[in-house]
Amino acid sequence: MSRRRGGGHAAAVPRSLAGDAWRDLRRSPLFVGSAAIILVLVAMAAVPGLFTNADPRACDLAYSRQPPSGDAWFGYDLQGCDMYARTIYGARASILVGVLTTVVIAVVGSVVGMFAGYHGGRVDALLSRFTDMFFAVPMLLGAIIVLATFPSTIDTPSWQTIGKVVLALGVLGWTTVARLMRSTVIQVKQSDYVQAARGLGAGSRRVLLRHVLPNAVAPVVVYSTIILGVFVVLEATLSFLGIGLQAPVISWGIAISDARAYIRQSPHMLLFPGAFLSVTVLAFIMLGDAVRDAFDPRLR
Amino acid sequence: MGRYVARRLLQMIPVVIGTTFIIYALVWALPGDPFAGRCGARPCPAAYVADMTAKYNLDDPLPLAYIQYLGNLLRGDFGETFQGLSVGEELLRAYPTTVKLALVAIAFEIIIGIGAGILAGLRRGSFIDNLVLVSTLVVVSIPVFVIGSVLQLFLGMRWGIFPATVGGDASLYNLILPGFVLASLSLAYVARLTRTSLAENRRADYVRTAVAKGLPQRRVIGIHTMRNSLIPVVTFIGADFGALLGGAIVTEGIFNVPGVGNLIFRSITTRDGVMVTGAVTVLVLVFLLVNLLVDLIYGWLDPRISHG
Repeated sequence: MSRRRGGGHAAAVPRSLAGDAWRDLRRSPLFVGSAAIILVLVAMAAVPGLFTNADPRACDLAYSRQPPSGDAWFGYDLQGCDMYARTIYGARASILVGVLTTVVIAVVGSVVGMFAGYHGGRVDALLSRFTDMFFAVPMLLGAIIVLATFPSTIDTPSWQTIGKVVLALGVLGWTTVARLMRSTVIQVKQSDYVQAARGLGAGSRRVLLRHVLPNAVAPVVVYSTIILGVFVVLEATLSFLGIGLQAPVISWGIAISDARAYIRQSPHMLLFPGAFLSVTVLAFIMLGDAVRDAFDPRLR
Repeated sequence: MGRYVARRLLQMIPVVIGTTFIIYALVWALPGDPFAGRCGARPCPAAYVADMTAKYNLDDPLPLAYIQYLGNLLRGDFGETFQGLSVGEELLRAYPTTVKLALVAIAFEIIIGIGAGILAGLRRGSFIDNLVLVSTLVVVSIPVFVIGSVLQLFLGMRWGIFPATVGGDASLYNLILPGFVLASLSLAYVARLTRTSLAENRRADYVRTAVAKGLPQRRVIGIHTMRNSLIPVVTFIGADFGALLGGAIVTEGIFNVPGVGNLIFRSITTRDGVMVTGAVTVLVLVFLLVNLLVDLIYGWLDPRISHG
């Protein structure tokens, strides 16, 4: 990030916007709390073996729907699989879909927004109308259309099932990033240092990547943190509807959907994955709030 | 105002054409077999494939096929499932229930959401304010299908306070629980929006003027502050109504409300792709239309918008 933005205090070493934000973040209890939860979740997703020795796919029908006990803290599901192990392993799909989708929309949206904002004129008009069209379709409905067109079955490889959900959400999710990027690039490209870089003979590629992008990326970072939690919810919702992730993949949405038929007799099958899912979403929402507060200079 | 309405209507045309094109392309023109997953758990019958290919002109080039598809939509023809059910007729039968459910949800948003927002906004930093902030954060983070299932389990089944499912009889009393679940997420946003908006406006110049004129506190807050503070809230609720008309898939599925969302929910379960895509297309169009209406109302509520 450009160094000229920082340096509020005369004696201090000049700080960048990101440096400033980081200093604020470390002091915010909201950030520390949510980051701690997210770290645990990421660890769960990366190395589930740290948290459980049980194999989530080793199931014994004799244990079907048994309530929580000392042997299995969260009880067993319909197939007699250990719910605790399945809940731990379920973090992977949620985090993976959330992070991948966010990366996809951040990259696609930024590229579209940057071109529209930097070139202006006809390119801008065309790209903006194009963005409007995708913006108008509600994300859940659009994702349902895509996934109903490309249904996954039990034979579909896991990475393909996950990829479909990511694409279904990504197809319609990038529009807000594009709008944000476009408006900040339009602001940034008029600043003196961009003019100076051009005056020094920098090509449009260099100006864009070295000067415009680093100074226009903050709103996109903030939005991406906030939207990550939304994607986690949407993945679970699609899986719950039976159209998102499919059986060989372990996911909280699928677990909750399976539990619904037995909700009266075995509520533990629903409550544990439901609680994990909610805490995950809560952590990402709090992180998004903290990051927004830190990056938004108007609130300082 | 007239020019504003005309401008918004004209802007709507390319968006409608664009979105229907996107949907058409997603449904019929993506690479792969367009008939995978359209006819339940088995492959489509050859006669149906031939029928649909002719009907949707799948052998024609994309732009031509799309124009014919748009013609079908304009005539109110949203497709036919492989069982011969007309998507349009099924939707027509289910829609009144969905509208009723959406109205119940909106009522909750207005009563609880705005109420909590006002209480919190008038006493910032108080116990009630913090309570509202924390509870809205919790509500926002629990996905609708978790809230729905849990409330159904406790309020509906264990304690028997409300009917747990709706079934064929969509009476107002039966819709209370699903309506509340449907409203829960937006309710939290409405409360927060009201709170912020109210707190901001209390510092406005016109409020100070009203106080200085010697108006009683009740009049200052009830008339002057409230009317201006509620403008963004009304817009949000209006836009939400459009979303609720299309977004109730999960709630209607859980509580077995015989509405449009449930129709889509069941069609997904039975892998009836034509019904899903046809119904969702209609929902998207309804969503666009309601948003347009809300924009027009907004322009009427707040003249600064339409003259800008």
